[in-house]
Amino acid sequence: MTVSIAHQRSANRTLRIVCPNGHLGFAPIKPDSFANGLTCEPDLICADSGSCDIGPGPLGSDTSSSPLAWQTHDLELMLLGARRLGVPMIVGSAGDTGSNSRVDLFVRIIQDLARKHALPKFRLGWFYSEVPKTLISETMAAGGAIEGLDGRAPLDPETLAATDRVVAVAGVHPFMALLDQGADVIIGGRSSDCAIFAAPALRAGFPEALAYYYGKVLECASFCAEPYAGKESVLGEITMEDVKVTALLPEQRCTIASVAGHAMYERTNPYFEHFLGGHIDMSECAYEQYDERTCRITGPRFVPAADLRVKLEGAGKLGERYVGMVGVRDPYTIANIDAVIAWARRQACERFGETGYELHYSVYGRDGVMGALEPLRDKPGHELCIVVQSIAPSREMAEEVCMIGLRQMFYARLPQVKGTAGGVAFALDEVLAASPAYRWTINHAMRVSDPMALFETAMMEAGV
Amino acid sequence: MAKRKLFDLAKTIRSKNAGVDRITFDVIFTDRASYDLVCRSGALSRESVCRIFGIPSTRITDHVHFDPALAIKFTISRTMPSGSPGDGDIFGSQQYGPLLDVEVAGAI
Repeated sequence: MTVSIAHQRSANRTLRIVCPNGHLGFAPIKPDSFANGLTCEPDLICADSGSCDIGPGPLGSDTSSSPLAWQTHDLELMLLGARRLGVPMIVGSAGDTGSNSRVDLFVRIIQDLARKHALPKFRLGWFYSEVPKTLISETMAAGGAIEGLDGRAPLDPETLAATDRVVAVAGVHPFMALLDQGADVIIGGRSSDCAIFAAPALRAGFPEALAYYYGKVLECASFCAEPYAGKESVLGEITMEDVKVTALLPEQRCTIASVAGHAMYERTNPYFEHFLGGHIDMSECAYEQYDERTCRITGPRFVPAADLRVKLEGAGKLGERYVGMVGVRDPYTIANIDAVIAWARRQACERFGETGYELHYSVYGRDGVMGALEPLRDKPGHELCIVVQSIAPSREMAEEVCMIGLRQMFYARLPQVKGTAGGVAFALDEVLAASPAYRWTINHAMRVSDPMALFETAMMEAGV
Repeated sequence: MAKRKLFDLAKTIRSKNAGVDRITFDVIFTDRASYDLVCRSGALSRESVCRIFGIPSTRITDHVHFDPALAIKFTISRTMPSGSPGDGDIFGSQQYGPLLDVEVAGAI
């Protein structure tokens, strides 16, 4: 019977990584499976902290969507575990967005934790990923196209001007450089999820294809195991021939189905993973059950890129935002809800004109979730909730636009409505200030000659 | 001919952002026979997906039968980036609803 990799290394030459969280800080690490991982002789503890799923607001406004308490909780567990075992700890895409302020925040948390626990001195390295807009405009002025990704047009000067903040997505390079300089703890700016894990594996001499695949499979922690459980740790092991991954929560297993299924998760295509410097092709991957809780993967291929293209992510502010909501129960009004909305829009137009603000209506009970993709749009429920959002240059104007857009639904004139004492129901007769509205302005790629060009590294001593 | 619902044949039916401009759908089966049946039936072919969601085929960016996971996976482009004002599903995680009732013709 095969001995689980949780108990014994499967080859003479291996590198073992525990990953406790697929989005560090977003929801707290579950401590028990992480503690199990620390007993498995990991060579590193690594986690990604970034995601675009949170929308464009955090990058645009330079904030985190994760609460400071949870970020600190996760970093504390990882730091104490890593320093106790004397192994490196790597975090990528600090603070959800990987912007410079988020890197500084995580560096400060690590310093504070080191003092709090009187940890013996260690080397703390970090790198930044923000790209000055001037550098992008100079590149464009010099004739360098900033190519659009996922069907977007090349970047134009107007879109760049409407952007508040840009981060570049790092590959393995700054992580490897910091490991070369002896970093014990690395806080990364925005970076490819897989690079966080691939960097130490490449540095240890493992093949590129397996190293990048290793990162791909580990980056979401327990999402590659079944049954479904979030924020539980997994243990990975890379050898010269294969990658193995095992679940550390006793109830979970890494199966062929769960690991192959995870290869598809939140990506357009299950076969390719792109990063700065190339991509891996997973179309020939073979999956086998190594032991009850461990899946073994062989066969990924590494395809180096002909030229270096770094992905850029940017967000820009659209304006201040207010929201309000109304309910509708009258069947005739429900059947004519678009006319009611059109009436309210016209009142906003009469006050503010056609442009210079936005008014959005989401009709829950009809197509609020799916919009134009909703096939049952012509079969609304017996009651509707309509969320009204306004976007305008100032808070005062946003508040008034939203109030008109909301309250005028109450006064909308429909020719055959029986109820003439108010067309909608208010749970709250008010509009509420929301966070400002942003949009993803940049999802593009820029050519660079040096993979380190946009990623400045730094190192200091922490601890006592 | 016997018809079954996708809900009864698949283990997992989900949708999720794939980057900020796309939403990807995964339909995963536990047994080869169900997977083969749905692949063969065309119930989730490119044409069927366009019909279900009322979109032109140009909005389907990827459509793959992924044998290792016994999964059918397809990806569509968004009309606006995730999280833009008016987007009702920032994570793209509730777009799979119409797939549950898709009818699959043929015998296993």
